[in-house]
Amino acid sequence: MSHDSSQSPPDPPSRRPLIAFTWLWVGAPLAYGLYELVRKATQLFTG
Amino acid sequence: MSPPVAPPGWSRWLVPPAALSVHLSIGQAYAWSVFKPPLESALGLSGTQSALPFQLGIVMLGLSAAFGGTLVERHGPRWAMTVALVCFSSGFLLSALGAAVEQYWLIVLGYGFVGGIGLGIGYISPVSTLIKWFPDRPGMATGIAIMGFGGGALIASPWSAQMLKSFGTDSSGIALAFLVHGLAYAVFMLLGVLLVRVPRPRERADGGPAALEGVQVPARGAMRTPQFWLLWVVLCMNVTAGIGILEKAAPMITDFFADTSTPVSVTAAAGFVALLSAANMAGRIGWSSTSDLIGRKNIYRVYLGVGALMYALIAMFGDSSKPLFVLCALVVLSFYGGGFATVPAYLKDLFGTYQVGAIHGRLLTAWSTAGVLGPLIVNWIADRQEEAGKHGSALYGTSFVIMIGLLVVGFVANELVRPVHPRHHLPAAPARKEATDVPRQQPESA
Repeated sequence: MSHDSSQSPPDPPSRRPLIAFTWLWVGAPLAYGLYELVRKATQLFTG
Repeated sequence: MSPPVAPPGWSRWLVPPAALSVHLSIGQAYAWSVFKPPLESALGLSGTQSALPFQLGIVMLGLSAAFGGTLVERHGPRWAMTVALVCFSSGFLLSALGAAVEQYWLIVLGYGFVGGIGLGIGYISPVSTLIKWFPDRPGMATGIAIMGFGGGALIASPWSAQMLKSFGTDSSGIALAFLVHGLAYAVFMLLGVLLVRVPRPRERADGGPAALEGVQVPARGAMRTPQFWLLWVVLCMNVTAGIGILEKAAPMITDFFADTSTPVSVTAAAGFVALLSAANMAGRIGWSSTSDLIGRKNIYRVYLGVGALMYALIAMFGDSSKPLFVLCALVVLSFYGGGFATVPAYLKDLFGTYQVGAIHGRLLTAWSTAGVLGPLIVNWIADRQEEAGKHGSALYGTSFVIMIGLLVVGFVANELVRPVHPRHHLPAAPARKEATDVPRQQPESA
């Protein structure tokens, strides 16, 4: 008796690497913007 | 272009980065001021003239969001993001050409008109899709995207300044900077176009698409309801109050403490403006997510009620305590951001997900109105007070009283919001084409 794989759908591929990449894509420039913002904001206390 | 449907196993956590790639790009609009001084010196423009591309861009944002919303609903988020990418990027490329040949009208047309269409379509492009993917946390989902619009200026401001420093501030340097902006934003936004997916339609037992659940009101019908116009007033008042501080933040804090033993320097005032931007961004994600827990009506009670209280505290005690002044201003600005980010979820609660993007686009005319109203009130009154010989915090007292009044009007409007009357609802027809819901299988969603 042969194994019939068509009876159960294949597992969907893992999206974790794609999720990590896409969040890094948007997160890196945002982190740069926040870093520059914090640098400027500290002037309120030191300027 | 038909809306791209998610394959089985697609994670909903891929949708916020798609939205962010668009919003972080178009948020550049608020960093336009970086280009103003170089343009003025290179092309011999006045301050009013150099502001034209930004002003036209904001007008086009409101118009294209209001009139393009139905198209966005019909063609889906990928179409909308593609239009946003093409318009926003072409706007920069046209501006590059304008700067290279020293034809300023091309910059106004490119950045303001063409780019402005990209701003409006891009702003509303992910809203409806995010709400459909996150029906359990719509406030958080739209908060992430709309926070991106605030974040866009934080990225663009130092980035553009650095680029102008490297390329030079003559017309060819500005042209090159515009060119790089156009190309870089096209690549960055492409991620959103490629990544965005709508949830798979939930199927009926006979295989056809299931009807949407709950209240569903089309965009045209929503405009005939008092709820839409009450929310319009709520958003307009909340934004006006925020802009009231944002518009004159630096001179305001300087004037408030000019006659004290601890005056505020120009550098410290710039730091205050940066802190306000941080509060604006934090409010977008923080308060909007909180609305998922305490409800939309309650969070607007906080924005408007506590906002009025903060203004009252600044007016009464602001000039006697710098920490109190800064804290109250930060809270008001966080409510300003929160108001923007929470309103799509409020619309979803009232009108359903059917055409929420289109309804949101039409509501954004309240933003355009507030954009004129807020600066007008604060600047006009401050000028009149100065002419009357007043100085320091006295320049702003009347403006603050008006802002408190506007917030109270918004508070009352929010109190009057009730569920939409059933006569405005769409009939629960199973043939409704746009019927979508969150897929049952979401292995990576949390």
